[in-house]
Amino acid sequence: MRRGMRITAAVLASAMLTLGAAGCGGKKTTSDSGGAGGEAKKTLKVGLAYDIGGRGDQSFNDAAARGLDRVKSELNIQTKELSAKPDEPDSDKEARLKLLASGGFNPVVGVGFAYTAPITKVAKDFPNTKFLVVDADQCKVSGANVEGACFSEEQGSFLVGAAAALKSKTGTIGFIGGVNVPLIHKFWAGYEAGAKAAKPDIKVLPAKYLTQPPNFNGFKDPALGSDAAKGQLDAGADVIYHAAGGAGIGVIKTVGAAQKLAIGVDSDQYNQPAVANVKDFILTSMVKRVDVAVFDFVKAVADNTFTAGTKKYDLSNDGVGYATSGGKVDDIKAKLDQYKQEISSGQLKVPTS
Amino acid sequence: MPAWVAILRGLGPRQITLRVGAPIIALVIALVITMILLRAAGVDPFNAMTSMIDYGTTSSSVVEILNRATGYYLSAIAVAIGFRMALFNIGVDGQYRMAAMLAAVLGGAVALPAPLGQILVIVAAMLVGGAWAAIAGLLKVTRGVSEVISTIMLNAIATGLIAYLLNPARLAEVRPGSNNVATPPIPESGQVPGFELAGGTVFGLIVLAVAVGIAFHVVINRTRFGYDLRISGLSLTAARASGVDSRRMIVTTMALSGVVAGLVGMPELLGASYQYSLNFPAGLGFTGIAIALLGRNNPFGIGLAALLFSFLDQSSDVLQLNDVPKEIVLVMQGTVVLTVVIVYELVRRFEIRLQQRAVAAELAAGHVIAGEKPAGGPE
Repeated sequence: MRRGMRITAAVLASAMLTLGAAGCGGKKTTSDSGGAGGEAKKTLKVGLAYDIGGRGDQSFNDAAARGLDRVKSELNIQTKELSAKPDEPDSDKEARLKLLASGGFNPVVGVGFAYTAPITKVAKDFPNTKFLVVDADQCKVSGANVEGACFSEEQGSFLVGAAAALKSKTGTIGFIGGVNVPLIHKFWAGYEAGAKAAKPDIKVLPAKYLTQPPNFNGFKDPALGSDAAKGQLDAGADVIYHAAGGAGIGVIKTVGAAQKLAIGVDSDQYNQPAVANVKDFILTSMVKRVDVAVFDFVKAVADNTFTAGTKKYDLSNDGVGYATSGGKVDDIKAKLDQYKQEISSGQLKVPTS
Repeated sequence: MPAWVAILRGLGPRQITLRVGAPIIALVIALVITMILLRAAGVDPFNAMTSMIDYGTTSSSVVEILNRATGYYLSAIAVAIGFRMALFNIGVDGQYRMAAMLAAVLGGAVALPAPLGQILVIVAAMLVGGAWAAIAGLLKVTRGVSEVISTIMLNAIATGLIAYLLNPARLAEVRPGSNNVATPPIPESGQVPGFELAGGTVFGLIVLAVAVGIAFHVVINRTRFGYDLRISGLSLTAARASGVDSRRMIVTTMALSGVVAGLVGMPELLGASYQYSLNFPAGLGFTGIAIALLGRNNPFGIGLAALLFSFLDQSSDVLQLNDVPKEIVLVMQGTVVLTVVIVYELVRRFEIRLQQRAVAAELAAGHVIAGEKPAGGPE
């Protein structure tokens, strides 16, 4: 034991030394807390709170991050990002928003439908701060300082569904969703409807969801995506659409390795470094312009043109759409654009579930 | 009481000093390790710590910390009940989610006058949690399945079952165009109002958590059942030899652990969310394991540990604000648990050595120890 004590003492002593040095030479972290008077100042500071995953999820959050990066470079506005913890209660989201708003960050962005209720609540306490909810739940927000962005994922999914059906040689296509939640059901519903519309005799394999909530690994774990993709390839699918975030990287890689076609989601995945070696097997991607929503919102606040309420991002304003990088859909572009036209004009209704 | 008896009972002066000092030493070591890590990550550790403490002690943070700690506390007590009998209930997570979901459905479906509705929901949650945990207990006594395996599996089954039931076609409410799925909200008459504190609302059910802690202490230390439970935990064979029905003890203890687990989601359900939805906090059952370890299965220690974990969670956001990755908080929590476990193990070994030495000294002095009958006996 005495030896143990001596080791402990040694550890403590050396730690003190290290820290002592740290105390002297340590660089001072600049404090950003400019007080609540942020509104009065002309310079804006954008605070952005992510949903689980955060920057680097290769998907939804990354799209928001891209918007933020554009804000930083084009509008020259200071930004700050906070990530969420997995499985946290709503009160944690409220605390995060309060921390940003009281730290002088204005405007404040919450990424993900889970921020709808917390933002509605916190916005009341900070009437001078503007808030944006990306993916506002039920496309409803309240408060004179709150904007909600909602996306018609089913419309974009319809187009890639049509593309999948038109490009399939086996007549069988597949869909892999990250987590079995209503948001992903929208992607599936549009995809299936688009495929059937383009080719009534197409066989669409039943949707495969990687995990059940509250297990959100289905948006993260590429191994899960890879296994599911193998299953659908074995079932004869030669085009597979994924709405599985980071897990979708596994889908694209597996489908690419089998020399079949994959459809990306959220961003134009053809240009994504993570799947660069199989990009020739990416047919298209269903793009969801979260980046545009974030950028437009900050710009509106900066230009004093902010309007409260919800803003719909759909095919008619290119808030969702399909990517053409790689040129794999060039030959069917006319057909897809015709669908796009019909949906935008309201002539063609796409189911959401 | 002669000195050697005191030492055997763990009441010698050095031992008491150690017992008080051990957790403090452990925390200091953990703090030092984290600070070194922060330094290695290129952050000024003192600055980071100051910002954590500054933010963690603001009035709204204190409310948040208390609220989060309530769930952590109940979860850790549930785990500790099993631990005291050497049963490892990893299934608290599944137990409380099942309980919260079904109780939420019940609370949303029936509207009863004030205290009855709340009691109904809470009792239902306890029953569901208890029943779900009892499955693992029954499997252990009838089929010899390790509760570690069965509770992990039951967590997965609970996840699947909840996903199946939480569907507008079954128990969830139909909300067109929503990205969320939730049970019908519990009407206001069924909610538990909180206490206003420093501009925030503390969960009313924090009282329940305290009551559970006291009940845990009394049952474990002051009742026949608690005695049976503790000796079964120390040695199942010895307990059996002294007439304890070990099979019944296993099932009862698992069920009891599950009953408390059923309460874990209640403060959030009845005090904040009023519905079970996709956003309902998950994973509290696993945090509870770490907190029970840190709190040494002692209701007071668990309370402190729950507050510490809650404080660390609360300050993770402010760290991010200062460009420190929030994962450092997880590292801190892990470090605290590890140092506490290691320090306590060292202290335990030291204590055994101390006892051996005391006994040896007495024997050398010609004392016949076997003839002495220390009342109560060492624990």
